[in-house]
Amino acid sequence: MKMTGAQAIIKSLENEGVEVIFGYPGGQIMPVYDVLLDSKIRHILTRHEQGAAHAADGYARATGKVGVCMATSGPGATNLVTGIATAAMDSIPLIAISGQVATHVIGTDAFQEADTTGITLPIVKHSFLVKDPADIPETVAEAFLIASTGRKGPVVIDLPSDVSRGELDFKVTEKRTRLPGYKPTTAGHARQIKAAAKMILAAKKPVIYAGGGVIAAGASNELRELSRLLEFPVTTTLLAKGAFPETHRLSLGMLGMHGTSYANYVMMEADLIVAVGARFDDRITGRLDTFAPHAKKIHIDIDPAEIGKNVPVDVPIVGDARGVLKELIAALKPLEEGRRKGLSAWHEQIKKWKKEYPLVVPVGDNLKPQFVIDEIYRVTKGDAIVVTDVGQQQMWAAQFYKTTKPRYFISSGGLGTMGFGLPASIGAKIGRPEATVVTITGDGSIQMNSQELATAVLNEVDLTVAIINNGYLGMVRQWQELFFNRRYSHTNLRRGESPDFVKLVEAYGGTGMRVFSQEEVEPALKKALKTRGPVLIDFIVEQEENVFPMVAPGASLDDMIGG
Amino acid sequence: MKHTLSVLVENKPGVLARVAGLFSRRGFNIDSLAVGVTEKPEISRMTVVVDVEEHSLEQVYKQLNKLINVIKVIDLPDANSVQRELVLVKVKAEPRNRAEIIEIVEIFRGKIVDVGKGTLSVEVTGPGSKLSAFEELLRPYGVEELVRTGTIALPRG
Ligand SMILES: Cc1ncc(C[n+]2csc(CCOP(=O)(O)OP(=O)(O)O)c2C)c(N)n1
Ligand SMILES: [Mg+2]
Repeated sequence: MKMTGAQAIIKSLENEGVEVIFGYPGGQIMPVYDVLLDSKIRHILTRHEQGAAHAADGYARATGKVGVCMATSGPGATNLVTGIATAAMDSIPLIAISGQVATHVIGTDAFQEADTTGITLPIVKHSFLVKDPADIPETVAEAFLIASTGRKGPVVIDLPSDVSRGELDFKVTEKRTRLPGYKPTTAGHARQIKAAAKMILAAKKPVIYAGGGVIAAGASNELRELSRLLEFPVTTTLLAKGAFPETHRLSLGMLGMHGTSYANYVMMEADLIVAVGARFDDRITGRLDTFAPHAKKIHIDIDPAEIGKNVPVDVPIVGDARGVLKELIAALKPLEEGRRKGLSAWHEQIKKWKKEYPLVVPVGDNLKPQFVIDEIYRVTKGDAIVVTDVGQQQMWAAQFYKTTKPRYFISSGGLGTMGFGLPASIGAKIGRPEATVVTITGDGSIQMNSQELATAVLNEVDLTVAIINNGYLGMVRQWQELFFNRRYSHTNLRRGESPDFVKLVEAYGGTGMRVFSQEEVEPALKKALKTRGPVLIDFIVEQEENVFPMVAPGASLDDMIGG
Repeated sequence: MKHTLSVLVENKPGVLARVAGLFSRRGFNIDSLAVGVTEKPEISRMTVVVDVEEHSLEQVYKQLNKLINVIKVIDLPDANSVQRELVLVKVKAEPRNRAEIIEIVEIFRGKIVDVGKGTLSVEVTGPGSKLSAFEELLRPYGVEELVRTGTIALPRG
C-alpha cells in the first residue's frame, strides 16, 4: 500500500498496539500530527515536552508496556532529553519520536535543527535517524523490539520532515527486524543455576537483594516463591519496591542510603547475597571496600555488563530474572528438606534488629512529613499507585508507604529527576485508569513541571497530588545541615511568599486544599480521593525534619546516622 | 596493559560515534582506532587498541557488545594474531646521511615513497613496536612529520 512516511509511522505504531502518545507538536513533526488526527491512537497534549517524556515513562512503569512520546525538532527534542535520560537510568522501555529538519539541510544549522541522535547518544539504548521513508516500518519494529527486550531502555527515532512527507510502499504483513548485533541472553546457564542452588543451600545468613529488574521481568511471583521456599529474607531497592510485599514477615524493606537499618545490617552480616535484577549501585552499597565482607554473591541479571561491574561475584547468572528464578526454584525444590531449621539463628538476629531499629513515625505537635505519608498509606489502604518526586519526600514515601504489589511504586531512581512526579502520575493514571494514583512531591519538585496540572485538568485525570511542603529544597538542606555546617546556601524556598499552591491549582481549574495539622490530614485525603480531576493538597510540614537512617556518602553501609 | 580488540560492526552511519563515545564516556583510553570495510560490504571492522587493566577490559568488552550495531567483539592477544600498522615519516636527509637513512629503511623493509629537497618520505609496516623502534632510529636525523594508521589485526590460523 502506498502511503506517506507520516502515515507509515502512525500505522506502525498502531501495529505495535500503541494506545496513547504523549507529545507536543511543532514544525518538523507536523506531517505526523496531521495523520495522528485520523488515528485511533489517543494523544495527550502535555504542556512541556519534558512532561511528555515523563508521562510516557510513568505510563510504561505503571503498565509494563512501551511508553511513547513525541516532539518536534530542535527545542522540542532537547526538552525530551531529561525524560529520556531518566528512562535510561531506570531501564524503562520508552520510544521518543522527534521531528528533524529535512535531510538535505541536516548539518547546516537550519532553523530548529539540533543533532538529536548526537545529543541523546549516551542516554539511549539505541537511536535511529531515518533517511528514507521505506525504512520506517522496519525502524519502528526494531525500536519496539530493542526498547522492550533484554535490558529495557529508551529508543529515539529522529524523523526528518522530508522523510515523513515522502512516500513508500507499506507491506501490511511485514514486521521484519534486521538486527544482527542484538541477541540479548534470556535463559540462565544451567550449570550456573546448579552452582547457585548449591551455594544457597549452604548459606546460614542469606538475603535476597532484589532490584528493578524483578519488576521489569515480571518476576515478583517467582521472587515470593523463592523466598517462601527457602525462608530467605528479602530487601529491595527503591525501584523494586513492590516486587516483594513489604508487609510480608520476610521483608526487610528498602536498603541503602536511606534504607532500613535492619536491611543494611543484614547485608553487612550476610554470608550470602542473592542479587536479582539489581546493580550494586553506590546508593545501595555505601563504601565499596567495606561492603558485605562475609557474603558470597550470586548475581542474576539480564545485562552481562552489570555483573562484576561494582562488586566481585561468585556465581554470575546472565538471564531474564523470571526464567532464572523459575529454574532456580525447580533446582531447589527437591533439595529443600530440613532447610528451615538451619536459619533460625539468623531469623532471630533479624527479629532483634527489627525490634531495636524500627522505622517509626516521629511524634510531635507539628505536622511531620512521615505522618502525612503514613496517613496516605492508611487512607488508601496501601492500595494506591504512589508516584514520587525527588528529595526527602521521595525517601519518606519509600520508607513509610509499604508497597505490596509490583508497579505500584514509581520513582526516578538512577537519575533522581525532580519534576518527574506529576507528569509520570498522569501517564500512570492514563495507563491504569482503574487504580488510585497518589503523587508525593515536594515544594521544590512540583514547580519543575507544575504546568502539567493543565494536562491533568483538561484530560480529567484523577490524581491526588500531595505536596510535602517543608519550605526547602529539603534533601539539599539536610546535606547542608549535616556536611556543610548548616550553611543553607540557596535552599530556602520562602514558604508562604510564593507561590500559593492552592491558588495555583485553582488557576488551572483543579482543586486545592491546605493542611496544617495532624487532624486535618485524613479528612483532606478522603475528600481528595472522592473529588474528580486533580486535587492538590499543600501539606505544611515541619521545616527541618531529616530523613533517617542515613548512610553518609562514602561511609560504610552499617555506619548509619540515626540508625 | 594494552589489548587489541577487533570489533565487527554494521556498516551504518553513526556507528563510529557510538563506539568512540562509549570509550570516552566510560573513561577508557584508546591508543589507536582503525576502521575499514571487511569482506562483507555491510560489515566494517574496527580495530581498537585500549590501555586498560583486566577488569576494565571486561567492561569494555561487555559494553561494546551492548551496542546494537556491534555484531561481535574479539580480543586479539599478540600471540594469536597478526598485527600490522603503517607509518609514514618525512625525515630530514642531508646528502651526507642519506645513505645511512636508506640503510635503516632497508633493514626495516620499508620503502622510500617520496624524495624532496632535503627530505625523504618513508613507509614502513609492521607491528607497532617495530614502527616505534624505526621511529627512534630516525629521530636523530630530524623527523619533520609523522603519521601512523593505528593497528589493524586478524586472528591467526
Ligand atoms: C532536576 C534536579 N535538579 C536538582 C536536583 C538536586 N536535588 C535533589 S533533592 C533536591 C530538593 C528537592 O526539594 P523538594 O522537592 O522540595 O523535596 P524535599 O527534599 O524538600 O522533600 C534537589 C534540589 C535534582 N535531583 N533534580
Ligand atoms: Mg521541599
